[in-house]
Amino acid sequence: MSAPSPRSILPAPGSQLPSSAFKWAAALAAGMIVVLIVLVGSELYVGSRQSLFKFGAGFLWSSEWDPVAEKYGALPFIFGTFVSSLLALVIAVPLGVATALFLTELAPLKVRQPIIIAIEMLAAVPSVIFGLWGMFVLVPWLRDHLFPDLKHSLGFLPLFQGPIYGLSMLAAGIIIAIMILPIITSISREILRSVPDLQREAAYALGATRWEVLRIAVLSYARRGLFGAAILGLGRALGETMAVTMVIGNRPQISASLFAPGYTLASVIANEFTEATTDLYRSSLYELGLVLLAVTVLVNIAAQVMLKSMMGSGSSKVA
Amino acid sequence: MEASPFLPTPQYARWRKWKSGAITGVLVACALAVIAPLFLVIYFLVARGSSSLDWNFFTQLPKPTGELGGGMANAIVGTVTLLTMAAAIGVPFGVFGGIYLAEYGSDRSNYWIRFAADVLNGVPSIVWGMVIYLILVVPFKGFSAYAGGIALGLMMVPLVMRTTEEVLVLVPQSYREAAMALGISRWKVITVIVVRTALKGIATGVIVALARIAGETAPLLFTALGNSFWSHNLKEPISALPLQIFAYGLSPYDDWHRQAWAGALVLMALILALNITVRILSRDRQSAP
Repeated sequence: MSAPSPRSILPAPGSQLPSSAFKWAAALAAGMIVVLIVLVGSELYVGSRQSLFKFGAGFLWSSEWDPVAEKYGALPFIFGTFVSSLLALVIAVPLGVATALFLTELAPLKVRQPIIIAIEMLAAVPSVIFGLWGMFVLVPWLRDHLFPDLKHSLGFLPLFQGPIYGLSMLAAGIIIAIMILPIITSISREILRSVPDLQREAAYALGATRWEVLRIAVLSYARRGLFGAAILGLGRALGETMAVTMVIGNRPQISASLFAPGYTLASVIANEFTEATTDLYRSSLYELGLVLLAVTVLVNIAAQVMLKSMMGSGSSKVA
Repeated sequence: MEASPFLPTPQYARWRKWKSGAITGVLVACALAVIAPLFLVIYFLVARGSSSLDWNFFTQLPKPTGELGGGMANAIVGTVTLLTMAAAIGVPFGVFGGIYLAEYGSDRSNYWIRFAADVLNGVPSIVWGMVIYLILVVPFKGFSAYAGGIALGLMMVPLVMRTTEEVLVLVPQSYREAAMALGISRWKVITVIVVRTALKGIATGVIVALARIAGETAPLLFTALGNSFWSHNLKEPISALPLQIFAYGLSPYDDWHRQAWAGALVLMALILALNITVRILSRDRQSAP
């Protein structure tokens, strides 16, 4: 960095105006963040007013979605959103925490850095590309290989019964899991790094094996933070749109089988918003958006609070 | 003499060691499983997309339904246009907001602004599309490049703001004090000393944010909408690579699937290029004193 010549930046005497104007511009920009939040919430409320007043709270647990008959209910979408996101968590949390353990506790430096870079790259892959890959590569493979195997071995559970289409709740869960793995891994890594070395040394000194050290000294210490990482992943999962839309099958139904197609809040909005012909139809879609916003914001706040209490002020660095 | 019941048997000790080794293996397998999708995705992008990357792909418009060939020239230009517009909004607001947090704000106001930025980061991108639709598409009676660019730009603001703040607080306090001691006014200290010192870090943050929004599809669906022709006017709908990939991927035509893969490969290359730029920039920053 080359220092600018002092003369060019010396003040003209008595000019306070630019300084305060600059300060106000900065304050305005920062204040805009708060304005934006209010704007997002209020616009969604305005958009969904018609549906809110017509259906009331029943909108949330009515399971009928029939635009032709002007009947709108959010339940199949809420169900689909939660089931696909929870599936994703079931897959991604153990994998993500295990990877974070590997990276912080075991991996030699030469191995660690390439894996961290690969995970960062994975986070950079756009949703629509995962969707394309999911649709043409993952789903056919699941349909022909994994799903029949699952049905064969675990078919006594209602979860793995029924016809196999490929496009399904489980496919969506797997795609979302891949997409939230980077954030879960990187937050877990930060949490594990914040575990004091004394914890580990004490356990080793008692003669614990490597796994016992991880279990007794590291994992139990970091449990709360790891839970926060999972919740943050959940916040991401709930709002995933494009990839899910391309692999979930887009059918508003509530089925016990994970092989059955489903539909999520975000994907019904993506699919039907531009086709919504009546005001009530569009308003109902806005109400779905409002539900989605409320849930994701609450989940995110919960995650932030949990992570902040665990790691102090640096925790909000959520890339 | 009898062995104490509290001492572990040798068998148990072996079992513990074996278990520890086995779990180490499981952890390694998990790490490999996590990065495997990246290589699978890139492999299929190259395998299925690269053969369609010819001159036509970069120079021609999409062909009407049923005709073979054509390209995504308009979508590539559209993505660049939208990113430029997004940067025009996201960078000034984000950087000024970051300056406020690092240089002016009280702890209390900063806490709430940071909190708001984190909440805003978590807003699903499809929701941004719906909001901008009500604000910019309905009143102006039409989908437009403006609406798409503004949607992406607003998503950029919290990202740029947080990274700007982070690099500004790294600038040593003594720089500010030295400049203030010379009688330089506050805003000049900030612009000419603080921001200039941190410029590389700020640029890195901006590129990271651009890479993040370059692949966004959901906020464009109801704002920029997409277009099979050149858009000569920013008040008209505009195409973008993610939109085109989505539309072609869901279409029933093999020729369009082929082009969707090619488009995805181009988009991925763009995003990787942005990320590699970031890596080079931040490596320089780390090596600097």
